[in-house]
Amino acid sequence: MNTEIRARNDQLIHGWEVVIGLEIHCQLNTQSKIFSGSPTAFGAEPNTQASLIDLALPGTLPVLNREVVNKAVRFGLGIDAEICRASVFARKNYFYPDLPKGYQISQMDDPIVGKGHLDIVLEDGTVKRVGVTRAHLEEDAGKSLHEDFAGMTGIDLNRAGTPLLEIVSEPDMRSATEAVAYAKTIHSLVRWLGISDGNMAEGSFRCDCNISIRKPDASEFGTRCELKNINSFRFIERAIEAEVERQIDLIEGGGRVIQQTRLYDPNKNETRAMRSKEEANDYRYFPDPDLLPVVISEAQIEQIRSELPELPEARRSRFVEAYQLSEYDARIMNGARELADFYEDAVKTAGISQAKIVANWVMGDLLGALNKAEKELADSPVTPTQLGGLVVRIADNTISGKIAKVVFTEMMQGGGESADDIISAKGLKQETDTGAIEAIIKEVLAANEKMVEEYRAGKEKAFNGLVGQIMKASKGKANPSQVNELLKNLLNG
Amino acid sequence: MTELHHLSIRELSAGLTGKQFSSLELTQHYLARIDRIDAQINSFISVTHESALANAKLADESRVSGTAGLLTGIPIAHKDIFCTQGVRTSCGSKMLDNFIAPYNATVISQCNAAGLVMLGKTNMDEFAMGSSSESSFYGATHNPWQLGRVPGGSSGGSAAAVAADLAPFATATDTGGSIRQPAAFCGLTGLKPTYGRVSRFGMIAYASSLDQGGPIGRSAEDCAYLMQVMAGHDVKDSTSVDRPTDDYVAGLTATNADKPLQGLRIGLPHEYLKDGLDADVKARVEEALKVLENLGATLVWINLTTTDAAIPAYYLIAPAEASSNLSRYDGVRFGHRCENPKDLMDLYTRSRTEGFGDEVQRRILVGTYALSAGYYDAYYLKAQKVRRLIQNDFLKAFEQCDVIAGPTAPTAAYGIGAKQDPVAMYLGDIYTIAVNLAGLPAISAPVGFDTSYNGQDNAQNHCSPLPVGLQLIGPYWSESKLLNIIHQYQQHTDWHKQRSPLALDQVGAKA
Repeated sequence: MNTEIRARNDQLIHGWEVVIGLEIHCQLNTQSKIFSGSPTAFGAEPNTQASLIDLALPGTLPVLNREVVNKAVRFGLGIDAEICRASVFARKNYFYPDLPKGYQISQMDDPIVGKGHLDIVLEDGTVKRVGVTRAHLEEDAGKSLHEDFAGMTGIDLNRAGTPLLEIVSEPDMRSATEAVAYAKTIHSLVRWLGISDGNMAEGSFRCDCNISIRKPDASEFGTRCELKNINSFRFIERAIEAEVERQIDLIEGGGRVIQQTRLYDPNKNETRAMRSKEEANDYRYFPDPDLLPVVISEAQIEQIRSELPELPEARRSRFVEAYQLSEYDARIMNGARELADFYEDAVKTAGISQAKIVANWVMGDLLGALNKAEKELADSPVTPTQLGGLVVRIADNTISGKIAKVVFTEMMQGGGESADDIISAKGLKQETDTGAIEAIIKEVLAANEKMVEEYRAGKEKAFNGLVGQIMKASKGKANPSQVNELLKNLLNG
Repeated sequence: MTELHHLSIRELSAGLTGKQFSSLELTQHYLARIDRIDAQINSFISVTHESALANAKLADESRVSGTAGLLTGIPIAHKDIFCTQGVRTSCGSKMLDNFIAPYNATVISQCNAAGLVMLGKTNMDEFAMGSSSESSFYGATHNPWQLGRVPGGSSGGSAAAVAADLAPFATATDTGGSIRQPAAFCGLTGLKPTYGRVSRFGMIAYASSLDQGGPIGRSAEDCAYLMQVMAGHDVKDSTSVDRPTDDYVAGLTATNADKPLQGLRIGLPHEYLKDGLDADVKARVEEALKVLENLGATLVWINLTTTDAAIPAYYLIAPAEASSNLSRYDGVRFGHRCENPKDLMDLYTRSRTEGFGDEVQRRILVGTYALSAGYYDAYYLKAQKVRRLIQNDFLKAFEQCDVIAGPTAPTAAYGIGAKQDPVAMYLGDIYTIAVNLAGLPAISAPVGFDTSYNGQDNAQNHCSPLPVGLQLIGPYWSESKLLNIIHQYQQHTDWHKQRSPLALDQVGAKA
């Protein structure tokens, strides 16, 4: 058995291999819609952001918002994909009340972003490369409001025409956790690139999961089902697990999977059939004669490339090289662009020699405290400069690691004082004066004759007890290594 | 003085400038003619009396204040396919009978900005689908030359209105011949510009890749004045081309007065002058060619071997686009909605079945079929390949000649109700359709009359001989040249000065 298959077998569920591909609909964060000048802001009164064009009044025509193209190209460059030099908009025809034109302008042949790839990190730290088949531009539909209208349906067209990038993966994922890791990586990338706010609660980032199962030695994929419109990472994982279980039960019970579109119900934790392949619309795609092909020149691509932020992969390897971080630490520090920025700003203050220590503080104390306070990094009471300043004072022995925790806790209160301010205000400066420390040690020894005797009788543990007493007497401020050394001298002297 | 309704655009402009008459008088004159005469031909769907008079007064005021342009105060009729703010824009359909457009099409804005005074909205085949103006929800339009005949279509209302002197000129649109063939049937000049020359914004779509707006008038000169207003780039239409426009009026010149067409090579396609062509039409076209030769042009025989493929290709591509373009008429946001729908499917089905006429439904069905999975390659895609071959055929022909000449339609106007078989009607588009598929400009101008007219019943039925049209097809962006060739022809002929019996009717004439 080769390693590829063995790796696959690790993830088998009741002897079945799971095959997953994702289609992610990501709302691009342009000010105006993809084919009209209407604003895209979320949460406005129904139909206040719908122009003549969004309402599809007779005679109106779409005009492409060029900024949408730039953002799609940014994404394409971010996954090392081919950029189509003349991509074509097509009409996807179907009737629905919240689809004003009776067709959605999308892309079929010649999508703007072709084949690319993305590396994801699995829980055990291994890296897996996932193929991206394509990413294409399209307009969002409006919303049907089924409540509050006494048996009628309300239509809100504010969302109609909002630009979406649909990112289609290869069927490369082999478990729900891989699918979630992939979705999270895409989510982090689009925010990193500044092309989407990725707000899942507002529907800016939605996911369709294509799922099938097969025996590990099968060469063909099984029949797949598509789970539509999942808008949280947790639900992606649960929905896939529920669907995999359903397919296994179905096949092992003698049935077979029918290709269909299904919906995940989080309350019941089950998937339900929406429509089968036979009932599916024939969308009658054809090139939209109202729009010209989107021609992108080499120069435009290079311009966009030059404006790209440092990509996650490049930044991660720079973290390993420049800051001597482990691969694992570098990936965590690079989990989001904001986090990486925070980290690098803190390192700037602390000095490059302290980069590893800063990473430990960010990963351990800062993220832990933010998590506990249920805060995002953007709302962190501790700034990178504050954290960097704190690490400086540990490095120069002004405070001990233990006292540093006290200072950090103080910073988390959000007063905005620097480490130095807190240290002097609270009198936390480490005692490094040999005479002063000796005086404290002598006092402690005098008060703990029994422990001194025990130590001299060979009980090593008594030494630690004495150190504890000395540190306590110094209110933690005595330099621990000095304490150790001086105590040893005095006891042995 | 000549009757106001017989004056050309240049004469109207001069008369207004010289204060021989006011825009209000002129507008009242035309409105009176419409009120008295239009019942016989049904060329208007809506007549906008109030706004016309108000705008005429404004035009007169701007003449006084000195802010008027060349065309300020001249009346115009607009095809009811152009959205006009605050005015019903029906597209000849029950579906849009209740639709008051909340905005102006770019063409309408341009006409308004030029000071043209809208008299009303003209009748047309429903959603521009037809060649006879019989498929309108508002009833058929009648040909002013013979009331029992069709005026052509789909811009039959615009053509009939101008031919009856109910408007000095009119806007129109051409998807497969809808400007040129009605111009030919009504004895007028009509220009279908290069695709992308006139904005489609606010022009209700039939087949987006073929639709193009243009002028219908009594002469090339009148068309040039309107073309001057309609042409231009529009950022609201992505298919509009950003390219400077010509001065179409200034382009109506000749250096050699006797031989104004010296050096012009006119291509004659073998395929346009063979079987299927009415003998009278052929004779008139040949006579016109003789005139053009006398004016200095040389004739060269050419081949357009793809001619027979144009109709089948067109009747796949146009319905395919139409089936999608007309999906927005779903009874949800505007237009006709059926009474008490029991569910969504019922709302869609009944609203559309009730709102669309037979020809529109037929083309939606054909187009839906042509785009369906499993048929797309065989029909739509193949038709697009044929389209490319047709385009290449023309480009090759223009290596041998400067313009291509032929009849506009195989016959003169036929009787109302005479073509019950839709395919028989489609075949009448043989000479016009390829031009739309290639996106080229073309012009139709009157070159004489059908002699089959027997001279009976003239007094009662306004019967007279029927006009015959010549079509000239030019290379891309050659509108100015096409207008000038016809203008030179019209300097030496008077077919364009012939008036239909209704135009000679003195109703509404100035006392």
